[in-house]
Amino acid sequence: MDNTLIEVQNLKKYFLRHGFFSKSEYVHAVDDVNLEIKKREIFSVVGESGSGKTTLGRVILRLTEPTFGRIIYDGQDITALSQKDMIKFRKKMQIVFQDPYNSLHPRKLVKDIIGEGLAIHEHLPVDEISEKVREILKKVGLNEDHMFRYPHEFSGGQRQRIAIARALIIKPEFIVLDEPTSALDVSVQANVLELLIDLKKYFDLTYLFITHNLAVVDYISDFVAVMYLGQIVEIGRKDDIFSFPAHPYTYALLSSIPAPDPQRKRSNVIPKGEIPSAINPPRGCRFHTRCLYAKEMCKFEEPQFFNVSGDHIVKCHFPLGKA
Amino acid sequence: MNDVLLEVKNLRVVFHTYRGIVQALDDVSFTIHRNERVGIIGETGCGKSVTSLAIMRLIEPPGEIVNGEIIFEGKDLVKLNENSLNTIRGKEISMIFQEPLSSLNPVMKVGFQIGESISKVKNISIKASQKFVRDALKAVDLDPERVVNLYPSELSGGMAQRVMISMALSTNPKLMIADEPTSALDVTIQAQIMNLLDELVSKMKNTVILITHDLGVAAQFCDKILIMYAGTIVEFAETKELFENPLHPYTKGLLKAIPKVGNKNKIVGIPGSVPDLVNPPRGCRFHPRCPFAMEICKIEKPTLKTESQDHLVSCHLYR
Repeated sequence: MDNTLIEVQNLKKYFLRHGFFSKSEYVHAVDDVNLEIKKREIFSVVGESGSGKTTLGRVILRLTEPTFGRIIYDGQDITALSQKDMIKFRKKMQIVFQDPYNSLHPRKLVKDIIGEGLAIHEHLPVDEISEKVREILKKVGLNEDHMFRYPHEFSGGQRQRIAIARALIIKPEFIVLDEPTSALDVSVQANVLELLIDLKKYFDLTYLFITHNLAVVDYISDFVAVMYLGQIVEIGRKDDIFSFPAHPYTYALLSSIPAPDPQRKRSNVIPKGEIPSAINPPRGCRFHTRCLYAKEMCKFEEPQFFNVSGDHIVKCHFPLGKA
Repeated sequence: MNDVLLEVKNLRVVFHTYRGIVQALDDVSFTIHRNERVGIIGETGCGKSVTSLAIMRLIEPPGEIVNGEIIFEGKDLVKLNENSLNTIRGKEISMIFQEPLSSLNPVMKVGFQIGESISKVKNISIKASQKFVRDALKAVDLDPERVVNLYPSELSGGMAQRVMISMALSTNPKLMIADEPTSALDVTIQAQIMNLLDELVSKMKNTVILITHDLGVAAQFCDKILIMYAGTIVEFAETKELFENPLHPYTKGLLKAIPKVGNKNKIVGIPGSVPDLVNPPRGCRFHPRCPFAMEICKIEKPTLKTESQDHLVSCHLYR
């Protein structure tokens, strides 16, 4: 049974940063990432700013070209496909961006924003497109008279619904959701998250959900990958990650979240210092500079993935909970 | 009672814009006692930042304080002139902002900037203030020898916020206002900064107003929480009481809308969105989104009333 939709192998993305007076350097945005996304799952990538989670999402869709590695979509290697051959896959994979204020064309009507994909991929006549736009608007909780308005007439939550409708209208299989609720207020975020869960069931979708918010990850995901400085440090089923975090960084992230409950005090296991630069990532384990449990060997030797249980793996010399 | 530090009475702030008059704060009243840590919570556009700016008297045209009093230690800040205000700002009341890097002057070294504020307050030269600068930086766990000679662009977000905190607390103000101090920071850095603030404020016994949209941050730090919606106060209570026994439908809605780690309950959003404050709803400003709205809510504005001891709520459901 082949249940895998996307497989990413040894994926790397280095950005060249041109020096003006100094020499040019590479930013190691994504550095040797392997992962597998199963059909009809919500796979979350969580990390702090600069961890490479957004770049990873873009490289998987080939919106940014990888430096090295392979992306396999439904059994076919799409890494080297030409833009022309990619069109067939573009129809299957869509993206929703973080900021609904910048991702919608301000001078286009909602019906044109949403219908553009259909016009490109399906070459449908105008009235058929309008019919489909009407349908999809209802599906995302807007109504048909919204078709003839401009994006500025909508609130943040409504705009994000428009962006979701735009992604859905060509009936994709896979959607990258890049911080889809981070720009929204909590009362609106809840509605959008629920909508995403409903749509996934209805349209049989697979999501790659990128976020920095662990509470949202816990709410929505099936599978979780934790990223730190361009690398995945832990990956596993959601319940395993949240109940038995094995990487000190995952554990630190979980204990850093302030609980919205005055009875539950935050634990004091907070990583020291700040995230190092991705231009010169630390040798050995990249987290060793901030890790509370770092030992000598962590400074020199890069850890390999260690299998904690089932499909829960961790990149650490001294995983937590292992006697 | 003489342990009242700040009393805001019937504060009304508007902004004159080309679209019309934005009614940013509508009849806001609350009292803060010495050594309290009060969190002001609300979503975008609820008026939490405007409240803090009004207390500092930093509302500038097109904004205007049209009505109300802000009584700080017996003096009405609304009536003071610029000169008298400058003896209070930075010295008695200080403030830190969300974007630490845009609050610092990019072309001056950190040591000079902190020294400048200390020298104003202590009435000494900037050179003489450098000793205090070093102490202030040490207090926020930064290495003074290194940091005094850095420019703001050489600081990370977390370091810059530490610099802001050192500057704000260097004069040991009676009241510190922290406006979303950690919202621009990553969660591990946020935890570091909130722990640091907690430690410093406990030691120096400052009164704090923490403005945030994050109920988690407030729950961990504040003694009391004030919930704002669309320019009005809807609820004010002790933190524990507010989380255990929320009264206002908006507060209840907010608490149900936050996803929590380890909590499997379904989250429920609040339908609709925040109203436009040029044309706010009549009556209770929350009524178009409220599941319990009654006829009276559309007509009559509720007032902030004491429902049980130290628990204030502004809602027609309680009378």
